[in-house]
Amino acid sequence: MIETIHQLVIVLGVLIVVLSIAGGLIWLERRLLGLWQDRYGPNRVGPFGVLQVPADMIKVFGKEDWVPPFADKAVFVLAPAIIIVTALMTFAIIPFAPGIEVAHLNIGLLFFLAMSSMGVYSVALAGWSSDNKYSLLGGLRAAAQMVSYEVFMGLSLLGVVMLAGSFDLFKIVEAQRRIWFCIPQFLGFVIFLIAGVAETHRLPFDLPEAESELVAGYHSEYSGMKFGMFFVGEYLGITLISALIVTLFFGGWLGPILPPTIWFALKTFFFICGFILLRASLPRPRYDQLMSFGWKVMLPLALLNIVVTAGILLALPH
Amino acid sequence: MLSLLKTLWIVFRHLFRRRETILYPEERAYLAPRWRGRIILSRDPDGGERCVACYLCAVVCPVECIALQATEDGYGRRYPEFFRINFSRCIFCGFCEDACPTYAIQLTPDFEMCECHRPNLIYEKEDLLIAGPGKYPGYNFYRVAGLSIRGKAKGKAENEAPPVDLRSLMP
Repeated sequence: MIETIHQLVIVLGVLIVVLSIAGGLIWLERRLLGLWQDRYGPNRVGPFGVLQVPADMIKVFGKEDWVPPFADKAVFVLAPAIIIVTALMTFAIIPFAPGIEVAHLNIGLLFFLAMSSMGVYSVALAGWSSDNKYSLLGGLRAAAQMVSYEVFMGLSLLGVVMLAGSFDLFKIVEAQRRIWFCIPQFLGFVIFLIAGVAETHRLPFDLPEAESELVAGYHSEYSGMKFGMFFVGEYLGITLISALIVTLFFGGWLGPILPPTIWFALKTFFFICGFILLRASLPRPRYDQLMSFGWKVMLPLALLNIVVTAGILLALPH
Repeated sequence: MLSLLKTLWIVFRHLFRRRETILYPEERAYLAPRWRGRIILSRDPDGGERCVACYLCAVVCPVECIALQATEDGYGRRYPEFFRINFSRCIFCGFCEDACPTYAIQLTPDFEMCECHRPNLIYEKEDLLIAGPGKYPGYNFYRVAGLSIRGKAKGKAENEAPPVDLRSLMP
Protein backbone atom coordinates (compact mmCIF):
# COMPACT_ATOMS: atom_id res chain seq x y z
CA MET A 1 0.00 0.00 0.00
CA ILE A 2 2.73 2.46 1.04
CA GLU A 3 4.66 1.32 -2.01
CA THR A 4 1.74 2.13 -4.33
CA ILE A 5 1.14 5.56 -2.78
CA HIS A 6 4.85 6.35 -3.04
CA GLN A 7 4.78 5.40 -6.72
CA LEU A 8 1.64 7.48 -7.35
CA VAL A 9 3.19 10.51 -5.67
CA ILE A 10 6.25 10.22 -7.88
CA VAL A 11 4.16 9.82 -11.04
CA LEU A 12 1.98 12.82 -10.23
CA GLY A 13 4.95 14.86 -9.04
CA VAL A 14 6.91 14.22 -12.23
CA LEU A 15 3.85 14.99 -14.36
CA ILE A 16 3.08 18.27 -12.60
CA VAL A 17 6.68 19.42 -12.35
CA VAL A 18 7.47 18.59 -15.97
CA LEU A 19 4.33 20.25 -17.34
CA SER A 20 4.79 23.38 -15.26
CA ILE A 21 8.44 23.58 -16.34
CA ALA A 22 7.32 23.31 -19.96
CA GLY A 23 4.86 26.15 -19.36
CA GLY A 24 7.43 28.24 -17.52
CA LEU A 25 9.88 27.75 -20.36
CA ILE A 26 7.61 29.76 -22.64
CA TRP A 27 8.12 32.72 -20.33
CA LEU A 28 11.82 31.96 -19.78
CA GLU A 29 12.49 31.73 -23.49
CA ARG A 30 10.78 35.01 -24.25
CA ARG A 31 12.67 36.78 -21.44
CA LEU A 32 16.03 35.29 -22.41
CA LEU A 33 15.52 36.09 -26.09
CA GLY A 34 14.69 39.61 -24.98
CA LEU A 35 17.89 39.84 -22.96
CA TRP A 36 19.99 38.61 -25.85
CA GLN A 37 18.32 41.04 -28.21
CA ASP A 38 18.72 44.04 -25.85
CA ARG A 39 15.03 44.32 -24.99
CA TYR A 40 12.72 43.22 -22.18
CA GLY A 41 10.26 40.59 -23.35
CA PRO A 42 7.05 40.09 -21.37
CA ASN A 43 7.39 42.12 -18.14
CA ARG A 44 3.93 43.50 -17.43
CA VAL A 45 1.73 40.62 -16.23
CA GLY A 46 2.69 39.84 -12.66
CA PRO A 47 6.20 40.15 -11.22
CA PHE A 48 8.72 40.09 -14.10
CA GLY A 49 5.87 38.99 -16.37
CA VAL A 50 5.69 35.44 -15.00
CA LEU A 51 1.90 35.48 -15.20
CA GLN A 52 2.12 35.96 -18.98
CA VAL A 53 1.81 32.20 -19.49
CA PRO A 54 -1.40 31.80 -17.44
CA ALA A 55 -2.80 34.84 -19.25
CA ASP A 56 -1.94 33.31 -22.61
CA MET A 57 -3.45 30.01 -21.50
CA ILE A 58 -6.74 31.69 -20.61
CA LYS A 59 -6.67 33.34 -24.02
CA VAL A 60 -5.92 30.06 -25.82
CA PHE A 61 -8.79 28.31 -24.03
CA GLY A 62 -11.07 31.11 -25.13
CA LYS A 63 -10.18 30.65 -28.80
CA GLU A 64 -12.47 28.79 -31.14
CA ASP A 65 -11.36 25.19 -31.33
CA TRP A 66 -11.79 24.88 -35.05
CA VAL A 67 -11.33 21.79 -37.22
CA PRO A 68 -11.15 22.71 -40.91
CA PRO A 69 -13.95 21.08 -42.93
CA PHE A 70 -11.42 19.67 -45.41
CA ALA A 71 -9.28 18.05 -42.69
CA ASP A 72 -9.19 14.39 -41.78
CA LYS A 73 -10.98 14.90 -38.48
CA ALA A 74 -9.93 11.91 -36.39
CA VAL A 75 -6.24 12.19 -37.29
CA PHE A 76 -6.34 15.97 -37.01
CA VAL A 77 -7.52 15.74 -33.41
CA LEU A 78 -5.21 12.86 -32.53
CA ALA A 79 -1.97 14.39 -33.85
CA PRO A 80 -1.34 17.02 -31.15
CA ALA A 81 -2.01 14.48 -28.42
CA ILE A 82 0.72 12.16 -29.71
CA ILE A 83 3.51 14.69 -29.27
CA ILE A 84 2.56 15.33 -25.63
CA VAL A 85 2.03 11.67 -24.83
CA THR A 86 5.35 10.53 -26.28
CA ALA A 87 7.28 13.30 -24.56
CA LEU A 88 5.62 12.59 -21.21
CA MET A 89 6.14 8.84 -21.62
CA THR A 90 9.85 9.37 -22.04
CA PHE A 91 10.04 11.32 -18.79
CA ALA A 92 8.96 8.09 -17.08
CA ILE A 93 12.39 6.53 -17.57
CA ILE A 94 14.58 9.47 -16.55
CA PRO A 95 16.21 9.01 -13.15
CA PHE A 96 15.95 12.47 -11.57
CA ALA A 97 17.70 11.25 -8.44
CA PRO A 98 18.16 7.86 -6.74
CA GLY A 99 14.64 6.66 -6.01
CA ILE A 100 12.91 9.40 -7.98
CA GLU A 101 11.99 7.78 -11.24
CA VAL A 102 8.66 6.61 -12.52
CA ALA A 103 9.69 3.37 -14.20
CA HIS A 104 12.98 1.56 -13.87
CA LEU A 105 13.53 -0.04 -17.29
CA ASN A 106 16.68 -1.96 -18.02
CA ILE A 107 16.33 -0.83 -21.65
CA GLY A 108 15.56 2.81 -20.81
CA LEU A 109 17.65 4.24 -23.61
CA LEU A 110 15.93 2.07 -26.22
CA PHE A 111 12.58 3.17 -24.80
CA PHE A 112 13.56 6.79 -25.31
CA LEU A 113 14.61 6.14 -28.93
CA ALA A 114 11.34 4.31 -29.58
CA MET A 115 9.28 7.12 -28.09
CA SER A 116 11.10 9.82 -30.01
CA SER A 117 10.41 7.86 -33.19
CA MET A 118 6.73 7.80 -32.26
CA GLY A 119 6.88 11.55 -31.85
CA VAL A 120 7.52 11.89 -35.57
CA TYR A 121 4.00 10.59 -36.23
CA SER A 122 2.51 13.58 -34.47
CA VAL A 123 4.14 16.09 -36.77
CA ALA A 124 3.83 14.04 -39.95
CA LEU A 125 0.17 13.22 -39.31
CA ALA A 126 -0.63 16.80 -38.37
CA GLY A 127 0.80 17.96 -41.68
CA TRP A 128 -0.99 15.23 -43.60
CA SER A 129 -4.43 15.50 -42.01
CA SER A 130 -4.56 19.30 -42.36
CA ASP A 131 -4.90 18.90 -46.14
CA ASN A 132 -3.06 22.17 -46.69
CA LYS A 133 -0.04 22.39 -48.93
CA TYR A 134 2.09 24.28 -46.41
CA SER A 135 1.16 21.89 -43.63
CA LEU A 136 1.92 18.96 -45.88
CA LEU A 137 5.32 20.40 -46.82
CA GLY A 138 6.04 20.94 -43.12
CA GLY A 139 4.98 17.42 -42.28
CA LEU A 140 7.11 15.96 -45.09
CA ARG A 141 10.12 17.94 -43.97
CA ALA A 142 9.57 16.88 -40.39
CA ALA A 143 9.33 13.21 -41.31
CA ALA A 144 12.47 13.27 -43.46
CA GLN A 145 14.44 15.38 -40.98
CA MET A 146 13.53 13.40 -37.92
CA VAL A 147 14.04 10.01 -39.54
CA SER A 148 17.48 10.93 -40.81
CA TYR A 149 18.57 12.62 -37.59
CA GLU A 150 17.34 9.75 -35.49
CA VAL A 151 19.78 7.41 -37.23
CA PHE A 152 22.87 9.06 -35.83
CA MET A 153 21.13 10.07 -32.65
CA GLY A 154 20.91 6.38 -31.84
CA LEU A 155 24.45 5.76 -33.05
CA SER A 156 25.88 8.61 -30.98
CA LEU A 157 24.50 7.00 -27.83
CA LEU A 158 26.23 3.68 -28.47
CA GLY A 159 29.51 5.08 -27.16
CA VAL A 160 27.85 5.83 -23.83
CA VAL A 161 26.26 2.41 -23.79
CA MET A 162 29.63 0.76 -24.44
CA LEU A 163 31.32 2.71 -21.66
CA ALA A 164 28.56 2.03 -19.15
CA GLY A 165 27.88 -1.50 -20.37
CA SER A 166 24.13 -1.03 -20.01
CA PHE A 167 21.02 0.51 -21.56
CA ASP A 168 19.77 1.24 -18.07
CA LEU A 169 19.84 5.01 -17.45
CA PHE A 170 20.37 4.48 -13.71
CA LYS A 171 23.46 2.37 -14.36
CA ILE A 172 24.70 4.86 -16.95
CA VAL A 173 24.61 7.63 -14.34
CA GLU A 174 26.27 5.39 -11.76
CA ALA A 175 29.04 4.62 -14.27
CA GLN A 176 29.88 8.33 -14.37
CA ARG A 177 30.99 8.51 -10.73
CA ARG A 178 34.65 8.69 -11.76
CA ILE A 179 34.37 10.86 -14.86
CA TRP A 180 31.40 12.38 -16.71
CA PHE A 181 30.91 10.85 -20.15
CA CYS A 182 31.07 14.27 -21.81
CA ILE A 183 34.88 14.01 -21.66
CA PRO A 184 35.56 10.53 -23.07
CA GLN A 185 32.50 10.82 -25.31
CA PHE A 186 32.84 14.46 -26.34
CA LEU A 187 32.11 13.73 -30.01
CA GLY A 188 29.11 11.64 -29.01
CA PHE A 189 27.86 14.51 -26.86
CA VAL A 190 28.14 17.04 -29.69
CA ILE A 191 26.39 14.70 -32.13
CA PHE A 192 23.62 13.95 -29.64
CA LEU A 193 23.16 17.66 -28.95
CA ILE A 194 22.78 18.45 -32.66
CA ALA A 195 20.48 15.48 -33.20
CA GLY A 196 18.49 16.52 -30.14
CA VAL A 197 17.94 20.01 -31.49
CA ALA A 198 16.82 18.50 -34.81
CA GLU A 199 14.62 16.00 -32.96
CA THR A 200 12.72 18.73 -31.11
CA HIS A 201 12.69 20.71 -34.39
CA ARG A 202 13.96 23.80 -32.66
CA LEU A 203 15.91 26.54 -34.36
CA PRO A 204 18.25 26.28 -36.23
CA PHE A 205 16.57 23.01 -37.32
CA ASP A 206 12.98 24.27 -37.32
CA LEU A 207 12.39 23.56 -40.99
CA PRO A 208 9.08 21.75 -40.34
CA GLU A 209 7.75 25.04 -38.96
CA ALA A 210 9.83 27.56 -40.92
CA GLU A 211 7.40 30.43 -40.37
CA SER A 212 9.14 32.53 -43.02
CA GLU A 213 8.51 29.92 -45.73
CA LEU A 214 5.60 27.70 -44.65
CA VAL A 215 3.27 30.00 -42.64
CA ALA A 216 3.58 27.80 -39.54
CA GLY A 217 4.44 24.50 -41.19
CA TYR A 218 2.66 21.43 -39.89
CA HIS A 219 0.47 23.35 -37.41
CA SER A 220 -0.76 26.05 -39.79
CA GLU A 221 -4.34 24.84 -39.52
CA TYR A 222 -4.37 24.34 -35.76
CA SER A 223 -5.98 26.76 -33.36
CA GLY A 224 -6.88 26.98 -29.70
CA MET A 225 -5.59 24.36 -27.33
CA LYS A 226 -4.62 21.97 -30.14
CA PHE A 227 -2.03 24.50 -31.18
CA GLY A 228 -1.22 24.96 -27.51
CA MET A 229 -0.45 21.26 -27.24
CA PHE A 230 2.07 21.46 -30.08
CA PHE A 231 3.54 24.46 -28.35
CA VAL A 232 3.81 22.77 -24.97
CA GLY A 233 5.02 19.59 -26.69
CA GLU A 234 7.93 21.52 -28.15
CA TYR A 235 8.96 22.78 -24.72
CA LEU A 236 8.49 19.31 -23.23
CA GLY A 237 10.88 18.12 -25.95
CA ILE A 238 13.47 20.72 -24.98
CA THR A 239 13.24 19.75 -21.33
CA LEU A 240 13.44 16.08 -22.27
CA ILE A 241 16.51 16.40 -24.47
CA SER A 242 18.23 18.60 -21.86
CA ALA A 243 17.44 16.08 -19.14
CA LEU A 244 18.77 13.27 -21.31
CA ILE A 245 21.99 15.15 -22.12
CA VAL A 246 22.49 15.62 -18.39
CA THR A 247 21.74 11.98 -17.65
CA LEU A 248 23.88 10.53 -20.41
CA PHE A 249 26.85 12.89 -20.56
CA PHE A 250 26.92 15.11 -17.48
CA GLY A 251 26.56 12.69 -14.62
CA GLY A 252 22.83 13.05 -13.98
CA TRP A 253 22.25 13.83 -10.32
CA LEU A 254 25.92 13.39 -9.36
CA GLY A 255 27.63 16.40 -7.82
CA PRO A 256 29.11 17.59 -4.53
CA ILE A 257 27.38 19.26 -1.53
CA LEU A 258 23.95 20.04 -3.04
CA PRO A 259 21.19 17.40 -3.00
CA PRO A 260 20.91 15.22 -6.14
CA THR A 261 17.63 16.70 -7.43
CA ILE A 262 19.07 20.22 -7.25
CA TRP A 263 22.11 19.13 -9.24
CA PHE A 264 19.90 17.51 -11.85
CA ALA A 265 17.69 20.60 -12.11
CA LEU A 266 20.68 22.96 -12.33
CA LYS A 267 22.37 21.01 -15.11
CA THR A 268 19.11 20.63 -17.04
CA PHE A 269 18.43 24.35 -16.69
CA PHE A 270 21.87 25.10 -18.11
CA PHE A 271 21.17 23.07 -21.25
CA ILE A 272 17.69 24.54 -21.64
CA CYS A 273 19.30 28.00 -21.67
CA GLY A 274 21.71 26.61 -24.28
CA PHE A 275 18.76 25.62 -26.47
CA ILE A 276 17.40 29.15 -26.19
CA LEU A 277 20.79 30.67 -26.97
CA LEU A 278 20.92 28.53 -30.12
CA ARG A 279 17.57 29.93 -31.13
CA ALA A 280 18.69 33.49 -30.41
CA SER A 281 21.79 33.32 -32.56
CA LEU A 282 21.72 30.80 -35.40
CA PRO A 283 19.94 31.12 -38.75
CA ARG A 284 18.02 28.27 -40.35
CA PRO A 285 19.93 26.20 -42.97
CA ARG A 286 18.49 25.39 -46.35
CA TYR A 287 16.67 22.07 -46.55
CA ASP A 288 19.24 20.31 -48.77
CA GLN A 289 22.01 21.62 -46.52
CA LEU A 290 20.22 20.11 -43.55
CA MET A 291 19.91 16.69 -45.18
CA SER A 292 23.43 16.57 -46.57
CA PHE A 293 24.82 17.74 -43.21
CA GLY A 294 22.96 14.91 -41.51
CA TRP A 295 23.91 12.11 -43.87
CA LYS A 296 27.34 13.21 -45.08
CA VAL A 297 28.85 14.71 -41.93
CA MET A 298 27.06 13.59 -38.80
CA LEU A 299 26.45 9.97 -39.73
CA PRO A 300 30.12 9.22 -40.62
CA LEU A 301 31.21 11.06 -37.47
CA ALA A 302 28.85 9.00 -35.34
CA LEU A 303 30.15 5.78 -36.90
CA LEU A 304 33.73 6.94 -36.39
CA ASN A 305 32.92 7.64 -32.75
CA ILE A 306 31.63 4.10 -32.28
CA VAL A 307 34.66 2.52 -33.96
CA VAL A 308 37.17 4.57 -31.99
CA THR A 309 35.39 4.04 -28.67
CA ALA A 310 35.09 0.32 -29.26
CA GLY A 311 38.76 0.11 -30.33
CA ILE A 312 39.96 1.93 -27.21
CA LEU A 313 37.74 -0.18 -24.96
CA LEU A 314 39.11 -3.36 -26.49
CA ALA A 315 42.71 -2.16 -26.37
CA LEU A 316 42.59 -1.07 -22.73
CA PRO A 317 42.36 -4.02 -20.33
CA HIS A 318 39.98 -3.31 -17.44
CA MET B 1 31.71 25.54 -37.39
CA LEU B 2 33.98 28.06 -35.71
CA SER B 3 31.86 30.93 -36.97
CA LEU B 4 28.79 29.34 -35.39
CA LEU B 5 30.51 29.22 -32.00
CA LYS B 6 31.63 32.81 -32.48
CA THR B 7 28.02 33.81 -33.22
CA LEU B 8 26.86 32.07 -30.06
CA TRP B 9 29.50 33.93 -28.03
CA ILE B 10 28.62 37.32 -29.54
CA VAL B 11 24.94 36.82 -28.83
CA PHE B 12 25.70 35.60 -25.32
CA ARG B 13 27.67 38.78 -24.57
CA HIS B 14 24.49 40.79 -25.18
CA LEU B 15 23.40 39.53 -21.75
CA PHE B 16 25.50 42.33 -20.29
CA ARG B 17 24.42 45.10 -22.64
CA ARG B 18 22.03 47.89 -21.80
CA ARG B 19 18.52 47.38 -23.13
CA GLU B 20 17.33 49.64 -25.88
CA THR B 21 13.67 49.50 -24.91
CA ILE B 22 11.98 52.62 -23.56
CA LEU B 23 9.23 51.47 -21.19
CA TYR B 24 6.67 53.76 -22.77
CA PRO B 25 4.03 54.89 -20.32
CA GLU B 26 6.62 55.36 -17.55
CA GLU B 27 9.49 56.62 -19.66
CA ARG B 28 9.04 58.69 -22.75
CA ALA B 29 11.22 59.25 -25.76
CA TYR B 30 12.40 62.78 -26.51
CA LEU B 31 10.23 64.40 -29.16
CA ALA B 32 11.85 67.16 -31.20
CA PRO B 33 10.06 70.52 -31.33
CA ARG B 34 9.40 69.98 -35.04
CA TRP B 35 8.00 66.48 -34.48
CA ARG B 36 4.93 65.94 -36.64
CA GLY B 37 2.04 65.06 -34.36
CA ARG B 38 -1.42 66.37 -33.50
CA ILE B 39 -2.40 69.31 -35.74
CA ILE B 40 -3.45 72.65 -34.20
CA LEU B 41 -4.63 76.02 -35.48
CA SER B 42 -2.72 78.93 -33.97
CA ARG B 43 -3.67 82.54 -33.30
CA ASP B 44 -1.68 85.66 -34.03
CA PRO B 45 -0.25 87.71 -31.12
CA ASP B 46 -3.37 89.88 -31.02
CA GLY B 47 -5.50 86.82 -30.42
CA GLY B 48 -7.17 86.71 -33.81
CA GLU B 49 -7.35 83.56 -35.87
CA ARG B 50 -4.42 83.22 -38.25
CA CYS B 51 -6.26 81.02 -40.73
CA VAL B 52 -7.45 82.94 -43.78
CA ALA B 53 -9.33 79.94 -45.23
CA CYS B 54 -7.29 79.84 -48.43
CA TYR B 55 -7.91 76.06 -48.83
CA LEU B 56 -4.23 75.37 -49.59
CA CYS B 57 -3.98 72.83 -46.77
CA ALA B 58 -7.12 71.04 -47.88
CA VAL B 59 -5.82 70.94 -51.45
CA VAL B 60 -2.35 69.68 -50.59
CA CYS B 61 -3.56 67.06 -48.12
CA PRO B 62 -2.80 63.67 -49.74
CA VAL B 63 -5.55 61.86 -47.83
CA GLU B 64 -8.07 64.67 -47.97
CA CYS B 65 -8.68 64.74 -44.27
CA ILE B 66 -9.08 68.53 -43.99
CA ALA B 67 -12.45 70.14 -44.69
CA LEU B 68 -13.21 73.84 -44.29
CA GLN B 69 -15.52 76.56 -45.46
CA ALA B 70 -14.34 80.15 -45.96
CA THR B 71 -16.31 83.16 -44.87
CA GLU B 72 -15.64 86.86 -44.26
CA ASP B 73 -16.36 89.17 -41.41
CA GLY B 74 -17.90 92.53 -42.26
CA TYR B 75 -14.51 94.20 -42.80
CA GLY B 76 -13.01 91.91 -45.44
CA ARG B 77 -11.07 89.63 -43.12
CA ARG B 78 -11.36 86.00 -44.21
CA TYR B 79 -11.68 83.17 -41.71
CA PRO B 80 -12.97 79.59 -41.81
CA GLU B 81 -16.63 79.14 -40.98
CA PHE B 82 -15.83 75.59 -39.96
CA PHE B 83 -12.52 73.76 -39.98
CA ARG B 84 -12.56 70.02 -39.59
CA ILE B 85 -9.71 67.50 -39.53
CA ASN B 86 -10.44 63.80 -39.59
CA PHE B 87 -7.53 62.35 -37.61
CA SER B 88 -8.50 58.78 -38.44
CA ARG B 89 -7.38 59.61 -41.98
CA CYS B 90 -4.52 61.99 -41.24
CA ILE B 91 -1.07 60.57 -41.99
CA PHE B 92 0.85 63.39 -40.26
CA CYS B 93 2.86 64.20 -43.38
CA GLY B 94 3.06 67.92 -42.51
CA PHE B 95 2.23 69.08 -46.04
CA CYS B 96 -0.53 71.29 -44.67
CA GLU B 97 1.94 73.09 -42.43
CA ASP B 98 4.27 73.61 -45.41
CA ALA B 99 1.46 74.88 -47.60
CA CYS B 100 0.02 77.31 -45.06
CA PRO B 101 0.84 80.94 -46.05
CA THR B 102 0.00 82.33 -42.61
CA TYR B 103 1.60 79.81 -40.21
CA ALA B 104 -1.91 79.06 -38.99
CA ILE B 105 -1.87 75.26 -39.21
CA GLN B 106 0.96 73.63 -37.28
CA LEU B 107 1.95 70.13 -36.19
CA THR B 108 2.88 69.56 -32.54
CA PRO B 109 4.94 66.93 -30.68
CA ASP B 110 1.93 65.05 -29.33
CA PHE B 111 0.75 61.69 -30.58
CA GLU B 112 -1.40 60.39 -27.71
CA MET B 113 -4.83 60.78 -29.23
CA CYS B 114 -6.36 57.29 -29.01
CA GLU B 115 -10.12 57.06 -29.07
CA CYS B 116 -12.50 54.15 -28.79
CA HIS B 117 -14.91 55.60 -31.33
CA ARG B 118 -13.94 56.88 -34.75
CA PRO B 119 -16.22 59.94 -34.65
CA ASN B 120 -14.20 61.17 -31.67
CA LEU B 121 -11.20 61.51 -33.96
CA ILE B 122 -12.90 64.19 -36.03
CA TYR B 123 -11.67 67.49 -34.58
CA GLU B 124 -13.69 70.64 -35.13
CA LYS B 125 -12.31 74.19 -35.15
CA GLU B 126 -12.84 74.73 -31.44
CA ASP B 127 -10.83 71.52 -30.76
CA LEU B 128 -8.03 72.62 -33.06
CA LEU B 129 -7.65 76.28 -32.09
CA ILE B 130 -5.09 77.02 -29.40
CA ALA B 131 -4.70 80.24 -27.46
CA GLY B 132 -1.17 81.16 -28.55
CA PRO B 133 0.91 81.69 -31.67
CA GLY B 134 2.51 78.20 -31.64
CA LYS B 135 5.95 77.89 -33.18
CA TYR B 136 6.02 81.45 -34.62
CA PRO B 137 5.64 84.01 -31.85
CA GLY B 138 5.27 87.62 -32.98
CA TYR B 139 4.17 86.79 -36.51
CA ASN B 140 0.96 88.45 -37.56
CA PHE B 141 -0.10 87.89 -41.15
CA TYR B 142 -2.31 90.96 -41.44
CA ARG B 143 0.48 93.20 -40.10
CA VAL B 144 2.79 92.25 -42.99
CA ALA B 145 0.24 91.71 -45.75
CA GLY B 146 -0.82 94.57 -47.99
CA LEU B 147 -4.51 93.95 -47.51
CA SER B 148 -6.52 96.65 -45.80
CA ILE B 149 -8.64 95.42 -42.97
CA ARG B 150 -10.19 96.98 -39.95
CA GLY B 151 -7.59 98.86 -37.87
CA LYS B 152 -5.02 98.89 -40.67
CA ALA B 153 -5.34 100.95 -43.80
CA LYS B 154 -3.55 100.40 -47.11
CA GLY B 155 0.18 101.17 -46.83
CA LYS B 156 0.27 100.77 -43.07
CA ALA B 157 1.75 97.26 -43.00
CA GLU B 158 5.31 96.59 -41.90
CA ASN B 159 7.83 97.49 -44.65
CA GLU B 160 5.01 98.61 -46.91
CA ALA B 161 5.37 101.88 -48.86
CA PRO B 162 2.35 104.19 -48.80
CA PRO B 163 0.18 103.66 -51.87
CA VAL B 164 0.84 105.81 -54.92
CA ASP B 165 -1.81 108.45 -55.53
CA LEU B 166 -2.67 107.82 -59.18
CA ARG B 167 -4.33 111.19 -59.61
CA SER B 168 -1.36 113.19 -58.40
CA LEU B 169 1.14 114.68 -60.86
CA MET B 170 4.01 114.47 -58.37
CA PRO B 171 6.66 111.82 -59.08
